[in-house]
Amino acid sequence: MQTIPVSSIDPYDEGVLLDPYPYYSELRDLGPVVSLERYGVYAVARHQEVEYVLRNHGIFCSSAGVGLANFRTDKPWRKPSIILEADPPLHDKTRKLLGGLLAPASIKQFKEDFERYADLLVDRIIEQGLVNAVHSLCIAYPIKVFADAVGVPEDGRELLMTYGDMVFNGFGPFNKRFEERMATAGEAIAWVTENCKREKLRSGSLGERVWQAADRGEIEMDEAPMLVRTLLSASLDTTAFMLCNAMIAFGNNPDQWELVRNEPEIARQAIEEVLRYRSPFLGFYRTAVQNTEISGVEVSENQKLLVLIASANRDPRKWDNPARFDVTRKPHGHLAFGAGIHGCAGQMVARMEGEIVLKALAKKVKEIRIEGSVKPHFNNAVRGFDEIPMRLIPF
Amino acid sequence: MVFKMAKLTYIYDNGERRSLEVAAGANVMLTAIENDIPGIVAECGGAAMCATCHVYVDESSLKLVPPRSVVEEEMLNSTASARLPNSRLSCQLVIPENIDEFVVHIPPSQV
Repeated sequence: MQTIPVSSIDPYDEGVLLDPYPYYSELRDLGPVVSLERYGVYAVARHQEVEYVLRNHGIFCSSAGVGLANFRTDKPWRKPSIILEADPPLHDKTRKLLGGLLAPASIKQFKEDFERYADLLVDRIIEQGLVNAVHSLCIAYPIKVFADAVGVPEDGRELLMTYGDMVFNGFGPFNKRFEERMATAGEAIAWVTENCKREKLRSGSLGERVWQAADRGEIEMDEAPMLVRTLLSASLDTTAFMLCNAMIAFGNNPDQWELVRNEPEIARQAIEEVLRYRSPFLGFYRTAVQNTEISGVEVSENQKLLVLIASANRDPRKWDNPARFDVTRKPHGHLAFGAGIHGCAGQMVARMEGEIVLKALAKKVKEIRIEGSVKPHFNNAVRGFDEIPMRLIPF
Repeated sequence: MVFKMAKLTYIYDNGERRSLEVAAGANVMLTAIENDIPGIVAECGGAAMCATCHVYVDESSLKLVPPRSVVEEEMLNSTASARLPNSRLSCQLVIPENIDEFVVHIPPSQV
């Protein structure tokens, strides 16, 4: 057995979150598994080990929490999610329901609405000139189209971002960042609780279909509002940051935008490359349910493991020139949505949103211009932005 | 213990066949992707979420596949080509030990 290298890197430090990639590179080079001394957890940062852990859910479980806290020993900060923090067979009934709702055949009903709103936003931004892309496009888009699909009322929806920010901070340590978000999330929690109720949801919406599944006994009645909430919390910040990353990546690489502009059919592949190149989700945890090993490194039962998907997507052991944003690349095997049975249930929606936005831009926009410096948004699990000064230059 | 290699064959609508030598444990979707076998898209990379790695298992191989999970069962309602009794998501299919050949048919479209 190999001895395990120890690192003092704190993945939640502001300096690391600002640009985590040099730190991830250091972790990958230390070994297939690294001990993070500050938190007493192990981390996997290479593509091969990240994928191995994610695909072996029988050894590396989710039910002990996908955040830093170990539910086998610590009290969860909120009721564990019945999909994200559940193992089979419990996980499967929830996954079956959300899988069906978010599958390509189900979501194609929204395609035209998604396209119409993307066109409208692009036109509006072109006219406005200099905008903060985070609010004008990246948040505005999913908070309109996907929250419409879920069926929640329009009024007050911006609180969903505050809510998501709190949830994702909960994936990390209970640090100052988490405490501050918890302290200011009251209004958002109240809004979400109120608006996931059955009578608040639009008829025919995904949210209503969750409640109908409860009627049929596929899930418990009290699980219905939880799952509607999950649909919202999991889908907005992440998608918004994916769009932020796309704007930054294309803004900084005009040659790559030219490729998409000239051949909009590659938009789907281009969004995959955005997801690989700058993954919105940085990492989450698994817990070993038995004594095991990963690439020859001993891992004891109950050991918490930080699974750094954003790092896997930049591993030179897997990718040629990983730090190069290249829309002609086939980034198959990127792990931005995770992998295996817990792979993001909403990934086909995220792809559809990303593809539609890029195609809407490709119709009208010659250049995506970032003017000035961007302002990062710090969160324990997702990497995002508060401000991206952007101008869309039309043909 | 050493197991013999198996032949994994993908058959297209037009009768064209692509065969590969694989070890037991090989995943039918991943093998296709790694070897640039066209017709299996597998956008979600094996999370049983996209239904774009749909295959029809050849009658000769049906006895070699495990029952569908509830999640796969649900996702098969989302395939682009018709769902048939031998429809499977190839991301859920693994080559068993000590077999000669495993045969799947690629559907006409995945998206």
